[in-house]
Amino acid sequence: MIWLYIAALLTGVFASLGVGGGMILIIYLTMFAGEDQLSAQGINLLFFIPIAVLSVIIHTKNRFIEWGKIIPAIITGIIGAIAGTFLAEYLGSVVIRKIFAGFILLFGIRELFYKEKESATSAENCSSCKQDSSQE
Amino acid sequence: MFNIKKLYIYCLGVVTGIANGLFGSGGGIIAVPMLQKTGISVKKSHAASIAVTLPLSVVSAVFYSMKGTFQWKDAVVLIPFGLIGAVIGGFLIKKISNKMLRRIFGIILILAGGRMLLK
Repeated sequence: MIWLYIAALLTGVFASLGVGGGMILIIYLTMFAGEDQLSAQGINLLFFIPIAVLSVIIHTKNRFIEWGKIIPAIITGIIGAIAGTFLAEYLGSVVIRKIFAGFILLFGIRELFYKEKESATSAENCSSCKQDSSQE
Repeated sequence: MFNIKKLYIYCLGVVTGIANGLFGSGGGIIAVPMLQKTGISVKKSHAASIAVTLPLSVVSAVFYSMKGTFQWKDAVVLIPFGLIGAVIGGFLIKKISNKMLRRIFGIILILAGGRMLLK
C-alpha cells in the first residue's frame, strides 16, 4: 500500500513539472496493483482533477493562462473526450493497453533523446515573452 | 469565416480530447507542443495545457464513472498524496535539471511500454 502512495506522490511531482505524470500512476496501477487498464485510466482522470484545479488557480493568478485563446480548444476538446471515452470502451482494456504501451514507448524515446537547447530556449522564451506581452 | 489559426485551435482541442478520453492521460503531452506552435511561450503553453485538459478530464471522468469502470474511493485516497507531490514539484522545478528529469521519465516509460507490449 505504501508503494501506491509513493506512486501517487511521484505522479503529483511529475504532473506539476509538466511532464505527463498521469502515465506513472496508470503504469503503477496496472503493473503492480492489478488494476484493469480502463479502471486505472478512470482513477487517474479523477486523481488529476484537484491537482489541475490547484495549478489552474495559481496560473490564472500569475496571468499565465490566456483563456480567450484556449476556450475554442476546450469546446472541441470536450467532443473529442467523449468520443475518446466511447472508443476506449469499444476497444476494451486489452487493446487499449497495447495502444497505450506504444504511445508511452514513443513518448519515452522522445523524452530520452530530448535536447535541451539552452540558448535557443532562452531566446525563444524571450521572443515569445515579447510576443505575449504585446498581445496582452 | 475561414480562419486557419482558429481551425488549428479546434483541431488541437479534438486531438487532445481524444487522447484524454482514450488513455485517461497524455492530453497535455499533445497539447503543449501544439500550443507552442500557436505562438504561446513555453511556460504559458504548460499552463494552458492544464487549463485545457482539466475540463476534458472532468468530462472523461464522468463518462468513465457512468460506465462503472472504476471506484471513486480508489482515486480519492490518492489525491492528498498527489497534491503533496505537486507542491514538492513546485519546489523541485527550481532545483532539478529539466534534462535529467526528462531522461529518468523517458527510461521509465520505455521500460514500462516495452513490458506492456510484450506481456
